[in-house]
Amino acid sequence: MTGENLALQYLLSGVTKGSVYAVVAIGFNLIYSATGVLNLAQGEFVMLGGMVAVSLAHYVALPVAVAGAVVIVALVGCLLEILFFRKLRRHSILHLIIITIGLSIVMQEAALHIWDEKVRSLPYFTGNEVSSLHFLGAAISPQVLWVLGTVGATVLALQGFLHYTLQGRAMRACSSNPEAAMLAGINLSNMRTLSFGLSAGLGALAGCVISPITMTHYEMGTPLAIKGFAAAILGGLGNPMAAVLGGLLVGVLEAASVSRLPAAYNDVAAFAVLLLVLFVRPRGLFGSSNAGSVREA
Amino acid sequence: MTTTLHRFAAASLLGVLSAFQTASAANQAKPVKIGALFSVTGPASFLGAPEAKTARMLVEKINASGGVGGRKLELVLKDTAGSPEKAVSFAKQLIEEDKVLAIIGPSTSGETMQIKALCEENKMILISCAAAEVIVNPVAKYVFKVPQKDSQAVTWIYRTMKEKGIRKIAVLSSNDGFGAAGKKQLEDMAKAEGIEIAADEVYDRQATDLSDVLTKVKSNAGVQAVVNWSIVPAQSIVAKNMRQIGLDVPLFQSHGFANRKYVEQAGVAAEGTLFPAGRLLIVDDLPEGHPQKKVMAMYKHDYEAAYHEDVSTFGGHAYDSLMIVVEGLKQAGGPDREKVRDAIESLKGFVGTDGVFNYSATDHTGLDLDAFEMLTVKGGKFTTYKKQ
Repeated sequence: MTGENLALQYLLSGVTKGSVYAVVAIGFNLIYSATGVLNLAQGEFVMLGGMVAVSLAHYVALPVAVAGAVVIVALVGCLLEILFFRKLRRHSILHLIIITIGLSIVMQEAALHIWDEKVRSLPYFTGNEVSSLHFLGAAISPQVLWVLGTVGATVLALQGFLHYTLQGRAMRACSSNPEAAMLAGINLSNMRTLSFGLSAGLGALAGCVISPITMTHYEMGTPLAIKGFAAAILGGLGNPMAAVLGGLLVGVLEAASVSRLPAAYNDVAAFAVLLLVLFVRPRGLFGSSNAGSVREA
Repeated sequence: MTTTLHRFAAASLLGVLSAFQTASAANQAKPVKIGALFSVTGPASFLGAPEAKTARMLVEKINASGGVGGRKLELVLKDTAGSPEKAVSFAKQLIEEDKVLAIIGPSTSGETMQIKALCEENKMILISCAAAEVIVNPVAKYVFKVPQKDSQAVTWIYRTMKEKGIRKIAVLSSNDGFGAAGKKQLEDMAKAEGIEIAADEVYDRQATDLSDVLTKVKSNAGVQAVVNWSIVPAQSIVAKNMRQIGLDVPLFQSHGFANRKYVEQAGVAAEGTLFPAGRLLIVDDLPEGHPQKKVMAMYKHDYEAAYHEDVSTFGGHAYDSLMIVVEGLKQAGGPDREKVRDAIESLKGFVGTDGVFNYSATDHTGLDLDAFEMLTVKGGKFTTYKKQ
């Protein structure tokens, strides 16, 4: 391989990893934007989405299975919010975040008991395990394009929802000024339920499109959540597009580090850059200046 | 007179008989406890889950046919979740509270090494289901293991490479105990076998994509084969990514690949993968007269009927470790730990799923090179590799 081809191949590998982080980061971002809560169980929504879709795919066509998984996991998200957050009085954001850690453990254990410890996956949406698209001597799995397409479509849909619908505007209002939103007649609890359901659904969709690449098993959530979280922070919380760019950047950084350093250091390199960025720009690369201080309750 | 004598004899005979019956009834009430430490959940669950299922199934079967020497077995199974800390505390519990006859497991080498000294100190028989060489080298009096050694797997891989004219290779391994042990073994033996390791990379065991690492391998001109040493799902990811980026060299995997799940997950990308493994996976291909055929076919049939899933070599490790304890118990004539240990150490020609065991005072693995066979994947199935 020539040098340029090689560089391109590393870039495409980085995009492959990055697209996975990006699609996870979007869900993180949404709950944060709407409620100020960092949902550390987001990775489990991704895992659940994959698990449910793989199970459904035994009985129905793939697109139906994916849609079914998104709906089911979104309902689970709403239900969890209603059960664990709604009744909570005098909570601080920190309490809520700690509850999400608990939820993530419970969901993992539940998945282990409902399904089992085995690895499973959805079939590749197009082609199979060995098919790849070639650009200038470098190759990429077509599934990565599905992931990127999903990322693009969800970001557009989210922007549209948050800026041009009443519900979306209400959700943003709750985030930027809860008291004022309440005075304006917005039901804060319902908005939070909606945002949990929505991000659970987005997580599930992510879990389905990445399943052929990463495979799905009950423990996949936590490592994905860590990378997705890093991506969301690096991009800047509060902005879905920033989360996507953050995700791709983390992926490309990892691939770049592998090209020069032993592969064992790839997380070190990626997280070192993350720390550096946060020292210089605490709100992330593309974060809006007030996003970090939206809710300090 | 004679009648009195007869009566007396009959009565005393009856007395002896009934005494014997009460004694055996008391023994019946007290089953022989066997401890088991398997990582049923957690990152090594693909080892521990089939092991636990196998052990439960076997104990049930043995008890249904009357137990061992008239005494039932009781399995005290603990889930270590792959954590060495849990393995240590459960091992202490099995030794001090449950006072088991022997412990089978743990599933991983890391856990086994944490409790090796503990078992030795407490004179507790340990039959590990993990592969690392260090478990039995140096030999500890009470510690045995059933899986084939890493070095034997490496010997098979390097021999096959030489047959295929491969001299220059890339080594990939996961950053866990199994990966590290295999990496060291591959490096140590390369020189003597005339193999050059041109690239040597360690990846995260939770990696979700490895195309960048494989790009690096591809950039290294002249690499004729890739060896991947891990027991994690990354085994399937390596196979897929290699084909996706067009790295068209043979892929060798460790004996950790011996699970149908990984072949299913890698799909067509798994075709042609070469790896050393015990014969359990190809039992249907074995000729009728093969010494292991009967034992393996029966285990495979029982397991698959009971759990509706494919048998794996890992469950086979649990089969071997439990049956070795049972055999030791039979030969020792009772649950005397010292006698059972001696009986195990002198086992010869014991047929298990991993091979034919011949333990001795200096060899606590008991298997030779012949316990392995080079397998390959053809049409989504495991089959014996035949040199072209």
